[in-house]
Amino acid sequence: MAKKLPATDVVVVGLGWAGSIIANELADEGLSIIGFERGPWRDTAADFNVASAADELRYNRRQDLMVRTRQNTTTIRNSVNETALPMRSWGSFHPGNGTGGAGNHWAGITFRFQPHEFRLHSHLSERYGKELSPELTLQDWGTDWEEMEPFYAKFDRLAGISGKAGNIKGVIQEGGNPFEGARSEEYPNPPTQQTYAPTLFAEAAKNLGYKPFPVPSALVSQSYVNSLGVAMGPCTYCGFCTNYGCANYSKASAITTVLPALIRKPNFTAMTNCEVLRVTMDSSGKKATGIVYMDANGQEWEQPAELVVVSAFIFENVRLMLLSGIGKPYDPVTNTGTTGRNYAYQTANSVRMFFDDKNFNPFIGGGAIGMGIDEFNNDNFDHSGLGFVGGGSTRVTPIGAAPIDSRPLPPGTPTWGSEWKKATVKNYASTMSIGCEASSYATRTNYLSLDPTYKDPLGRPLLRITFDFPENDRKMAAYVTGKVGEIAKSMNPRQMVPSSQQGHWNSAPYQSSHIVGGFIMGADPKNSSVNKHLQVWGVPNLFVVGSSAFPQNPGYNPTGTVAALAFKAADAIRTRYLKRPGEMISV
Amino acid sequence: MKTLLTVCAGVIGLSLNMAHAATGADSYNLVEKGRYLTTLGDCTACHTMPGKPLFSGGVILDTPFGKLAGANITPDPVNGIGRWSFEDFQNAMSKGHGLDGKRLYGAMPFTAYTKVTREDNQAIWAYLRTVDASDNHVETNQLPFPFNVRTSLIGWNLINFKEGEFKANPQKSEQWNRGAYLVEGLGHCGTCHTPKNLIGGDKNEQFLTGANLQNWVAPNITSTGHDGIGAWSEADIVKYLKTGANRFDIASGPMAEEVEHSSQHWTDQDLMAVAAYLKDGAKPVEAAKPVAATDPAMVAGKAIYADRCSACHTPNGEGVANLFPKLAMAPLVNSNDPSSLIRVVLAGSRAGSTDAAPTAPAMPAFGWNLSDENVADVLTYVRNTWGNAAPAVSSASVKDVREALTPK
Repeated sequence: MAKKLPATDVVVVGLGWAGSIIANELADEGLSIIGFERGPWRDTAADFNVASAADELRYNRRQDLMVRTRQNTTTIRNSVNETALPMRSWGSFHPGNGTGGAGNHWAGITFRFQPHEFRLHSHLSERYGKELSPELTLQDWGTDWEEMEPFYAKFDRLAGISGKAGNIKGVIQEGGNPFEGARSEEYPNPPTQQTYAPTLFAEAAKNLGYKPFPVPSALVSQSYVNSLGVAMGPCTYCGFCTNYGCANYSKASAITTVLPALIRKPNFTAMTNCEVLRVTMDSSGKKATGIVYMDANGQEWEQPAELVVVSAFIFENVRLMLLSGIGKPYDPVTNTGTTGRNYAYQTANSVRMFFDDKNFNPFIGGGAIGMGIDEFNNDNFDHSGLGFVGGGSTRVTPIGAAPIDSRPLPPGTPTWGSEWKKATVKNYASTMSIGCEASSYATRTNYLSLDPTYKDPLGRPLLRITFDFPENDRKMAAYVTGKVGEIAKSMNPRQMVPSSQQGHWNSAPYQSSHIVGGFIMGADPKNSSVNKHLQVWGVPNLFVVGSSAFPQNPGYNPTGTVAALAFKAADAIRTRYLKRPGEMISV
Repeated sequence: MKTLLTVCAGVIGLSLNMAHAATGADSYNLVEKGRYLTTLGDCTACHTMPGKPLFSGGVILDTPFGKLAGANITPDPVNGIGRWSFEDFQNAMSKGHGLDGKRLYGAMPFTAYTKVTREDNQAIWAYLRTVDASDNHVETNQLPFPFNVRTSLIGWNLINFKEGEFKANPQKSEQWNRGAYLVEGLGHCGTCHTPKNLIGGDKNEQFLTGANLQNWVAPNITSTGHDGIGAWSEADIVKYLKTGANRFDIASGPMAEEVEHSSQHWTDQDLMAVAAYLKDGAKPVEAAKPVAATDPAMVAGKAIYADRCSACHTPNGEGVANLFPKLAMAPLVNSNDPSSLIRVVLAGSRAGSTDAAPTAPAMPAFGWNLSDENVADVLTYVRNTWGNAAPAVSSASVKDVREALTPK
């Protein structure tokens, strides 16, 4: 039986990007806030020592920053006809743990979604009409670019994003991404300097008539003090970035940009190593009354609150809603219910190139240091007659080439022995890859639910993922990979190896942690879970924030949009909800 | 007649004071002024243990002569100073006398506090009367024989103590005089930054030129020496004291505590006065001759610096503003005494966190994977490159600091 604690104004579940941003915004409103985090307190000074942060065994192989699967994992299957099995070590994706969450070990690529994304279903229906495949369950977001832009700008300033604007107030800017939505201002920091491989790619892309631009980066290019007074230092291109915490205060995360300021505020308390078990509701089912959590000693506590913000990783957001009975669980057979609906992923493609006469010094790099083009992304090209919609962000971002895992070898190379060693020496420094991080569009049969068989150590059902790549996305993958191949060919490699996402989803190899949907935002409570303020339909004092709100995933990395949605929800609470508590949108 | 006039004036003064005290607003203002002054004086540094009631004492000061503990200065009549009168307090501040004339040790910086005006002491006293009484019992004198005998302090005071309120220098501006009053008086900067003689008294002729306390070097903060703050502007000084960080340096160790507890809360006006005073009389000095770049220690140190230090402090020793201290031409780096440098390389150090600069970045410890010789070489290199010039560091000095830092 949970012991009841004195009530507080707000509880925030999860202290990654979304939770930290919202907690900080609401703390400025003078509210008393308790933030809950299932993992430990993480802090650059204590956890990411420059003398030990570059530990590939610890952070990459043993996944030290990710949640332990014995504590919490998901079960997986490709279709409703299969029995799902639990993921016992992280493969396909890397859920984080501890303050900062997955934002500690992310790559730092910080795109804004394009204006047409927020009305994707309407946009594509208008443009392609009946050509649009009935397989897809695309939806509009219930918001638009004009509403989103100020919050993207706010995040850029918080995280010190480094880049070159392509469109300021409708005026196209030389050197930036001409496909981006109109920005209100230039990036707060100039682009990072480029290493050799991205430079070469940009030249080749330019020669083919494309418009290369520096990938927007949360690894800052220069010394920066953010909007909260927190200082960041320039990226050193150390090459231990994705899957690692940053020891140089260069990679923006909640722990490098928000928590140092937030934790000083007397009206904020962080409860770490405390796992939230469920959201508690009153008997009407229309009001959240707080949360129940378990502390590190296994003691259960009930924390009552006036306002509940659930801002954990997507899996836990959706699972907590299912465990708390909030919203009707989605049923793919009847196509009813909203909790678990429109689960989507990211479609990863690449073309690897082997050269004889190049030295890329691949150990120099960072997760978001690179050049990209957007000609084949989303609806930036005419899809008429192609038989698919969507596309991907094409780019070269060498993240570093750490000694254990970096073995770029041509197909057919033995996996051990002297031939393998020789091939490693020959190819390690002279190989580069062009990636294409492509869209993942929702279908009726891709969804999230509670697993009927497998439970976590506390006896709660695990979250079950039912997912496979839609036909639409496979066609798209083949097409964009072909386009990337044309650029690669123009660079005259000795050998090129294209890899486009074909066949079924395989959960074993790492692909992307860009997982979306399951508790999506929209304008209609019949097919969405939260309104455009991230407020749960029918439970006005509950907000659920994260990539769980995306109705589908464009060909971009999600973090910038997760953070913008967090600012958006906080703004709605500050400027509207606190003045008139209740449903901000009535339908 | 003269006596009578004085008495009259005294009576009038007293009745005026009582009239002031009688209005709530004035009494509030007096207490608030006292609160600010205790912050200026950083009284909590010695009189409040972290997490314990305000001013309940017990903070241990490890002096070269043994341990002293900060007293309980709450209004508790038994364990605090509840039985004291204002005059007793005034005596403590100006004369270094406790109740009944008991002499205080110089760890209570009355050699500086003697300069505090009686008026300011009245405000401090008014504030101290308002804090919650705590019955925390503190044994302040934990010194070994013979230092624990307080009569020894009579001689100490004769040599080291000059009683008397601050006297303004009419040749200088009001701002300069305010700065001098704060630095020499309540701010008691010299307690750490002025070299000590053999019996622990300030060498006043070397006021603020740097000293070593518990293996932390409090650097030269005058504007005159090669190892001083001549390159800092007044704005740099203000920013450092207000936020703990400026384009040159970041406070760590005891100075980080000072910034956190005290100077970040000073008014900008007071900080500017301090800066004006410290910068007065700045003059360029000829640099000492650095150790030759060809010296084997310099060659080895250069390689270690490139591998282990340059990612943060940058290859040219410029550092990164607000995060990683600049090493080129830094006062601490050029100090004759390398103890602080050795200490932070071996054990690491974390900067203070302030409202204006909450980051609190850290220098990681390298003692676990750099040998005494490695540390000596890299520090010799840092102290003699980019315009720096300071004596080479020996591995014996590193060994000494390593031993001092090892828990016994």
